[in-house]
Amino acid sequence: MADTIEFFRDRIQAATAAGTPLRIVGGASKDWYGGPLQGEPLDTRGHSGIVDYEPTELVVTVRCGTPLAQLEAQLREHRQMLAFEPPRFGAASTIGGVVASGLSGPRRATAGAVRDFLLGAQLLNGKGELLNFGGQVMKNVAGYDVSRLLAGSMGVLGLITQVSLKVLPLPLVETTLRFELDEIAALARMNDWGGQPLPLSATCWHDGVLTVRLSGAEPAVAAATRKLGGAEVADGPAFWTSLRDQTHAFFDTDTLWRLALPPAASALILGGTQLIEWGGGQRWLKAPRAGAADIRRTVAAAGGHATLYRAVDKRAGAFHHPSAAILRIHERLQGAFDPAGIFNRGRLY
Amino acid sequence: MTTDLSSLAARRHEVAQALAAVLPAGAALAKPEDTRPYECDGLAAYRQMPLVVALPHDEAQVLAVLAVCRRLGVPVVPRGAGTGLSGGATPIAEGVVLSTARLNRIVRLDATSRTAVVQPGVRNLAISEAAAPHGLYYAPDPSSQIACTIGGNVAENSGGVHCLKYGLTVHNVLRVRVATIDGEIVELGSEAPDAPGLDLLSVFIGSEGMLGIVTEVTVKLVPKAMCARVIMASFGDVVTAGNAVAHVIAAGIIPAGLEMMDRTSVRMVEPFVQAGYDLEAAAILLCEADGTAEEVDDEIARMTAVLREAGAGAIAVSTTEAERLRFWSGRKNAFPAAGRISPDYYCMDGTIPRKNLAQVLTGIAQMEVKYGLRCANVFHAGDGNLHPLILFDANQPDELHRAEAFGAEILALCVAVGGTITGEHGVGIEKIDSMCVQFRPAELAAFFAVKKAFDPAMLLNPDKAIPTLHRCAEFGRLRVTNGVLPHAGLPRF
Repeated sequence: MADTIEFFRDRIQAATAAGTPLRIVGGASKDWYGGPLQGEPLDTRGHSGIVDYEPTELVVTVRCGTPLAQLEAQLREHRQMLAFEPPRFGAASTIGGVVASGLSGPRRATAGAVRDFLLGAQLLNGKGELLNFGGQVMKNVAGYDVSRLLAGSMGVLGLITQVSLKVLPLPLVETTLRFELDEIAALARMNDWGGQPLPLSATCWHDGVLTVRLSGAEPAVAAATRKLGGAEVADGPAFWTSLRDQTHAFFDTDTLWRLALPPAASALILGGTQLIEWGGGQRWLKAPRAGAADIRRTVAAAGGHATLYRAVDKRAGAFHHPSAAILRIHERLQGAFDPAGIFNRGRLY
Repeated sequence: MTTDLSSLAARRHEVAQALAAVLPAGAALAKPEDTRPYECDGLAAYRQMPLVVALPHDEAQVLAVLAVCRRLGVPVVPRGAGTGLSGGATPIAEGVVLSTARLNRIVRLDATSRTAVVQPGVRNLAISEAAAPHGLYYAPDPSSQIACTIGGNVAENSGGVHCLKYGLTVHNVLRVRVATIDGEIVELGSEAPDAPGLDLLSVFIGSEGMLGIVTEVTVKLVPKAMCARVIMASFGDVVTAGNAVAHVIAAGIIPAGLEMMDRTSVRMVEPFVQAGYDLEAAAILLCEADGTAEEVDDEIARMTAVLREAGAGAIAVSTTEAERLRFWSGRKNAFPAAGRISPDYYCMDGTIPRKNLAQVLTGIAQMEVKYGLRCANVFHAGDGNLHPLILFDANQPDELHRAEAFGAEILALCVAVGGTITGEHGVGIEKIDSMCVQFRPAELAAFFAVKKAFDPAMLLNPDKAIPTLHRCAEFGRLRVTNGVLPHAGLPRF
């Protein structure tokens, strides 16, 4: 794989010298996410493969172009998983894109996000230097934690060539329960249960129904099932997969907002239809009556931020803008890692 | 020399006056009798009197202190409780120590959202104590948690014995408010998931006070498990013990705690605590399960079966809370026990992929012969974090030098097997030279770029944690004088 690194390096150095933008592309399954695409494609798929996987170390090291499906199949053989449950927008999704986009699935509220499982990363910066940050161990405080900074960076700091991820055992048992509740009652219930020692691993409220997943050892799941009541859902796994991969009918829309909120934030009145996950922390909104500016203002006032997730018209900007002081830090970081500004220009801000 | 001293005195006067003008009475300390307590942190071998100590009471005063320091070009060393083990809070002769001790208020604790908003000087344990009535606690439990502050935890990305299951500081802090050296307040992270933009919170946590001054922290509170039990298992050799840990993980179990001690450690602590450890064992494992009573019984049964299958000798399971604490007492008292049997010791803090444990312990055993010094090994086995305690006597000619060389070689071995020079104690000044072993020049340059992105003037805790290439020529290391750590009463594990 040294030759693919050399190939990337040559492309990057040429692009930096000429000041021409590059757009990093793996499976192209998330081209619609973030700002508009700019620059010549730099295809990562040639740099593929699992470099090291020791199930008993709970760590896997994988090259950026490796298909997510291949990685997950390998983990499943050893009854392990990526606990942040990244969405799969097609068979082509690569692990580089998973890390760069920073998107997580239903288990995120209890297990953690991509960044929480990112132990180390290798990066080609704008000068074509290959940099290693973090490592393959759980606990590591040598140097700044640059690898976690790359999760959700949308590739603007450089080409992530390899990552080391913490993996977890698959739960021994999972059960899905449903409760008929309105939005306000469901939000209260999710936050109440979140404060109790229950093996909750996912929550979803939509259309008057709160669906809850319990994961863990059999006695823990059984005890929690007895305690919570509710009706057991037979096709639970299919339901959570449809949420994770956003194939659930709710997601069949041209314009979709992702609202990130403090989980205990009250119900927001924005019109349209919502689907609430992560104990109230992630709220999907479609067909809102409110305009983009109003949505952003309302969500920010509640302590959150709104992403124009899917839209034909993204003139309102995909992402919420942080403060000027934060953006100055962004600019300095980008200036240091990518002095010519070639990587994924405009994809983040 | 006289000129240097008199110019330092003049500088002290100038800086103290400027700080006194922006702080309440008694919050700018310049007299040696007042600043002496700040001359070192937990790395007591390194002592340096600071120029002035500032004790701001609120965020506005933090900004005012930073403004003075920026205007006068004075370096700033942030300090929490001063319990750190790597010299992150060691003063700089011409610099100000900014203590967060008076920013010690719990601003808000919200049981519904399971968060606490606290000032940086609040003690780690105080958060859990405040949350306890709600059945909640703050998960990271560094051994110094009775004294260490959340601001310091953020600076060091502190762990504890439960982090395999419950995570490090980075997994449990949602948001920090930071005063920058530019005089601005920025908020990193958010109580909402996945704050927009680059994840600056991740890079800030563990940055050893070099990127900004924390003025407020929002932490996540988690429900307290109903009960916990621990297994104590003896092994005839360390390789079998290491493999047993792998088997537990392979069985799909993430124990709440998973710790190993080698024979030297066991024999060192047993007379001290009478935990009932097997003195003939080559290694002892402690495996803890937590959760509901049914869950714990189930996990204990599964772990016991795995450990037996993996070749454990004697196995004991705690049946009462008192017994659980007794089993843990030896592990938690390893550091003081080292101080009891040896005039001095070095505590190392490497992390390794666990599969290489036998290779590293064999390497350390060979180094014991090579350097003529004993080494006791305690190991956060679940996450690969190894704390070799090198025992020596600084009053014997050359022992200090040999202990330093021994420690450096252990860290180099950790890096060589794919690990890291520090798992949880930080680099500070102690391991700054070993950074040169782990990182190449382009990576060190990237770290400096990160620092400059937050601190363009390079005034915050300069010359810590990240070595210049020039610096990569020199070497120095931790020493515990006469077995006495500062905060000697604190458990260290």
